[in-house]
Amino acid sequence: MKIVRALVRKEFIQIVRDPAALMIAFVLPIILLFIFGYGVNLDSNTTRLGLVIEGSDRESASMASSFTRSKYFDVVTSRNRAELDEGLTTGRFRGLVIIPADIQRGIFGDGPARVQIITDGSESNSALFVRNHAMGALKSWLANLNCDQGNCQSKPLINVESRFWYNPELKSRNYLIPGSLAIVMTLIGVMLTSLVISREWERGTMEALLATPVTINQIILSKILTYYLLAIVSMLFTWAVAVFWYQVPYRGSMLALVAISSVFLLGALGQGLLISTVTKNQFYSAQWAMVTGFLPSFMLSGFVFEINSLPMPIKAVTYAVSARYFVPCLQTIFLAGDVWPLFIRSALAMSVVAIVFFMITSRKIVKKVY
Amino acid sequence: MTEAATILISGLKKTFKGQSRPALNEVSALIASGQTTGLVGPDGAGKSTLLRLLCGLLDPDRGQVSVLGLDPFGESDKVHAICGYMPQKFGLYEDLTVLENMNLYADLRGIDRAKRGPRFEELLRFTDLGAFTGRLAGRLSGGMKQKLGLACVLMGSPKVLLLDEPSVGVDPVSRRELWRMVEQLAGGGLAVVWATSYLDEAEKCASVILLNQGYVLFAGAPGDLVGRTSGRSWFIEGVPASERRKVLLDLLKGQDVVDGLIWGGGIRVVTSGATPPKKELLADGRYQLTNPNFEDAFIDLLGGGAHGQSALSSHSKAKPSDGAVVVEAKGLVKKFGDFTAVRGFSFSIKRGEIFGLLGPNGAGKSTVFKMMCGLLRPTLGLALIAGIDLRRAPAKARGRLGYMAQKFSLYENLSAKENLEFFSGAYGLRGRDRKARVEFMIAIFDLKDYLGMTARTLPLGFKQRLALACAVMHQPDVLFLDEPTSGVDPVTRREFWLHINSLAALGVSVMVTTHFMDEAEYCDRLTLVYQGTDIASGTPDDLKAMADASGSITMEEAFIALIHKSRANGRL
Repeated sequence: MKIVRALVRKEFIQIVRDPAALMIAFVLPIILLFIFGYGVNLDSNTTRLGLVIEGSDRESASMASSFTRSKYFDVVTSRNRAELDEGLTTGRFRGLVIIPADIQRGIFGDGPARVQIITDGSESNSALFVRNHAMGALKSWLANLNCDQGNCQSKPLINVESRFWYNPELKSRNYLIPGSLAIVMTLIGVMLTSLVISREWERGTMEALLATPVTINQIILSKILTYYLLAIVSMLFTWAVAVFWYQVPYRGSMLALVAISSVFLLGALGQGLLISTVTKNQFYSAQWAMVTGFLPSFMLSGFVFEINSLPMPIKAVTYAVSARYFVPCLQTIFLAGDVWPLFIRSALAMSVVAIVFFMITSRKIVKKVY
Repeated sequence: MTEAATILISGLKKTFKGQSRPALNEVSALIASGQTTGLVGPDGAGKSTLLRLLCGLLDPDRGQVSVLGLDPFGESDKVHAICGYMPQKFGLYEDLTVLENMNLYADLRGIDRAKRGPRFEELLRFTDLGAFTGRLAGRLSGGMKQKLGLACVLMGSPKVLLLDEPSVGVDPVSRRELWRMVEQLAGGGLAVVWATSYLDEAEKCASVILLNQGYVLFAGAPGDLVGRTSGRSWFIEGVPASERRKVLLDLLKGQDVVDGLIWGGGIRVVTSGATPPKKELLADGRYQLTNPNFEDAFIDLLGGGAHGQSALSSHSKAKPSDGAVVVEAKGLVKKFGDFTAVRGFSFSIKRGEIFGLLGPNGAGKSTVFKMMCGLLRPTLGLALIAGIDLRRAPAKARGRLGYMAQKFSLYENLSAKENLEFFSGAYGLRGRDRKARVEFMIAIFDLKDYLGMTARTLPLGFKQRLALACAVMHQPDVLFLDEPTSGVDPVTRREFWLHINSLAALGVSVMVTTHFMDEAEYCDRLTLVYQGTDIASGTPDDLKAMADASGSITMEEAFIALIHKSRANGRL
């Protein structure tokens, strides 16, 4: 134990003196939170819309005002379509709505009246958004029109009350920031761990250590302990920034957060250890950590892309990515609170991944140079 | 060897995955306590593999080892407890201080905090590192790093000390100190194994094991090996300094000459038979039989040094021999912040001259070098290549020079052919001219069979040829070589100098930095650099005379004496 303590102490001195380690543990989380807190916004607040009003009758005007009054749209109007067309191409507008000159005839005469909605399909997300809200605006305009004509339904048949639990304002920040904790821990557990161990091989310090009475288990244990502690400290730091600066609600307990993070870290550290054992080279370690650790935790964990919408083969791969179990747990801890059945199920799945990594590593690692 | 054998090695064989030739084959040897055993051989001979096997860091295919009665393969823990092993790039934690490194190793060796004081004091006194305990290991000079490495290894009071090339990258002054320390340890009863490719070190060992391509060629006292070339080692003196290299080149063309080099103000050759070297080649020099030395025997045992003639010379156009000054440095000064790395440096190199920059680690050699290549801007002063100011027209000036950086700056994952093509493009060769030049380099350096291999996997000698080919492809007027032979074995070094001498004979000016004092003898003129200052300049013979009036000392002794002298002058 004395030996492990000496090695851990050495490791911490190195961390403190190595700007790269501190970068990954403390500066990177801040940058990630900054990006997810301010930069990435998956919600649409207001969208710029071009509105072409060709006619000058009463219907055209009231239909137009239902768009200009909408809180979803920031509207620029024009009489001439040619003036606004370019705005869609240059990205000034996300969509165009064209109210043709013959709208009145369509409504009251040989209808149906035709209103055109043009959206920018290259931004499919906002295209859908524009279409849905434009349809909504038209519908409510139609209801008003009917009302004016005396067909007003005084009592709706169904009144839909929708409510968003846990994240009432549907702020994407509130689920992105908890998810980014998983990224931070992957970076420390997989990337930093594999890098520091590979560095020991490259600089020959591992060879020198191996020739002392230190056992291989002591070396591994000291690495795991150090980077476990660093990752937990960094996680708590990130947590504090998320809760106190970004005002992300936190409804779970600290115990749950630390416990579930520990299980996840075990897997991440196992992976980092395995990578460095096989490559013994910092460059390859970084590559492998990127491809097998960072990218999956980003893309295959449900953090950014919904797992259910992934194609089947890729969805199957996500079962081996422990971040897939960790990200929902984090989001739950922050937004909903302690839901132990979910945590236990996820912890079991993550333990299986961790055990697999450690089993492979223990076969590969020997107290030899090659 | 009357001492009981401490390490017994019998029938050891080790083959690495993916290699057809075993790294070690049928190796058997005895290593005794109380003396230093040199493990000698060219690069790739199997020295490191043998050391790693001795301390149980590798498993052999076959064979046994016993270290003080313990089996390193079965009882590696017990062997690690009594062995101190210092790998080639010693495992110091560069971001830990001297004291932190020592504390770590004391912890790992289970030495109580309370009992540590006296042991530390003893080791610090022994290694002379007492003043540097708070310094980061990464900031130590090469020699001090090795001493700290030694201190860490000695922490556990080992009975066996295994040192893998401890003197590589260490300047002559520190090398001597390191050697003296190890000798003292061996005198105290330790078994010391010192792997080296420096033959002067090998010669000082009580006993040597000579490895080549995985086989033991010789084991025993170095003196026993030296006898091999007695009656065949000749010393030629009286050749004017300006003629020496030419005479050597002529001698090496002969089939009867096994080895030859410029040595101690003359020429040293080993012939294959008892017939002396041909008199008509000697240009007024007189030959006489001389005491054979270890290096003669070593090269002879390995089948001789580089022979014949560098194909380079027979194919290249000679530059006019007008004695014009090609490289000139005028009052070069370089400051990094408060630190003055180079203080007022001036020299000039004539066409066809070999100019050497010598000095310990950190003396400022590389800084001068980089300023001369235009890689670093001088704070003050001028650097001229063929009269072109490097600051005004760096690209034009650089087009006239070839540069070979330390450790051959090749693209390791490109093939030999790809490296040649890349550098030909980088030097601005185009079209048919470029193709012809690449073909020419392949032909004269005999690279045909190696074109598809990546530079990383090339045998060392070929790596060196390739690096040289890349540097001279565009027929430069000036060739800059930064520590070209550091860590390179004597056989490969000889081949290298054969090429360099041939180039100089063609009128190429060469500037070289080196750690090998015997290589300094190849230079027409030398400058000794110490703490950024030119402390002595002149021909090799001049420098020796400056250090010792009789002039009958070796270059290394002269080097050490001159540095001591300038230290004593105190101004530095």
